[in-house]
Amino acid sequence: MSRNLISEQEVSLLLNDVLERYGYDFTEYAPASINRRVNHLFQVDRFPSFAEYRYRIISDPAYALRFVEEITVNVTEMFRDPSFYQALRTHVLPVLATYPFIRIWHAGCATGEEVYSFAILLKEAKLLHKAVIYATDINASVLEKGRKGIFRLSQMQQYSRNYMESGGREDFSSYYTANYEYAKFREDLGEKIIFSPHNLVTDGSFNEFQLIICRNVLIYFNKKLQDRVLNLFSDSLEQLGFLALGSKETLNFTSVTRKFKQLENREKIWRKVQL
Amino acid sequence: MITAPYLVVIGGSAGGLQPILTLLPGLAASLNAAIIIVLHRQSHYESVLTELLSAKSSLPVREAAEKEPLERGVIYIAPADYHLLIESDHTLSLDYSEKVNFSRPSIDVTFTSAAIAYGNKLTALLLSGANTDGTEGLIDVHETGGTTAVQDPATADVDYMPRQAIQLAPVDIILQPQEMATFINKMAGV
Repeated sequence: MSRNLISEQEVSLLLNDVLERYGYDFTEYAPASINRRVNHLFQVDRFPSFAEYRYRIISDPAYALRFVEEITVNVTEMFRDPSFYQALRTHVLPVLATYPFIRIWHAGCATGEEVYSFAILLKEAKLLHKAVIYATDINASVLEKGRKGIFRLSQMQQYSRNYMESGGREDFSSYYTANYEYAKFREDLGEKIIFSPHNLVTDGSFNEFQLIICRNVLIYFNKKLQDRVLNLFSDSLEQLGFLALGSKETLNFTSVTRKFKQLENREKIWRKVQL
Repeated sequence: MITAPYLVVIGGSAGGLQPILTLLPGLAASLNAAIIIVLHRQSHYESVLTELLSAKSSLPVREAAEKEPLERGVIYIAPADYHLLIESDHTLSLDYSEKVNFSRPSIDVTFTSAAIAYGNKLTALLLSGANTDGTEGLIDVHETGGTTAVQDPATADVDYMPRQAIQLAPVDIILQPQEMATFINKMAGV
């Protein structure tokens, strides 16, 4: 094909190179999306041939890092799916409030917009002071952006709308300071967030949590890897802990189904009922 | 499980709903293909759309779910705010990456991945719309041996999208809305 110069077989060669040389394992990602992104980068960076693309990845660790960061999806927004955040407010926060200390893991957080959204929920429920949110991602540069808590001002109108639809009653702009085309979120929101690299494919559990949020990450994995990661989440949750997924993701037909019970609304939130 | 041997992908934007409502009742129950519909819209209308199309069709209509195998005789709707891709094992994948042509779902994304997965067993039909989404996808469909069809711009509410495609992509056939069901039945081995 004229625009898709790299075949699925060639893409798997590249993914094997990246695994062997650099330890990043994309071999169990769902192929269609990763093929598209590998091809896109090939075109954007104007390689004359597959051989040169491959050579650059093998021989240049800095470029390999770019490859890793570009083929993973980092698109996110604040209060995405407002009804999901509404459900967190009504069904999850009151339970979290009963704990003396709240541990939350936000896995695959990208640039952190949804992490700040949840920090705002905790703040409004007066729980942020006794909470800590571990926000992790495979991609170190997006974590750096999250740590800064600076997002585009042009997005704030949409985010403010999402916030209000999620049941927010404050003035959304009180959570950030506008400066030229950027919005910097308040320091007290970021204080309880620990941004740290974690690779869901290769890294294990690092704590026990009462809530794990992982939205629109599993869709990029094949079934086998989805199962592995869901078991990792299950092992990292306390009894009666919550697992929250993206709006098109499900625990049905996975190996952890019987350990969880979905909340009685249409949102993608499950509770661990069996150890 | 045996997945659908043929695939028909229909893409539409502004004015794209009307021809879909026209063609659905004419689809044969014995269709040997799966059908995917990618329609640009506001995310709020999500569930309404599946219900609306379901009412017009004797074939089952459902929102595409990730990892779902494509079955013959089933009509899949690309969910709002996700790109819909087709794997080479004929299962579906969702993707929440950047918008393409200001659109998510993007018609180009689905057409191109369907071209890779289904090759000459694919038919792509592009309908009314106000942007350029779909044209690149049609080029890819043609290159992998698939069949490309476009709604006659004269019958389109908004003729920019079909006109653009006819100008820039190799289009095998130009169709009136009332011819589309028969065409799809023929392409899907009925």
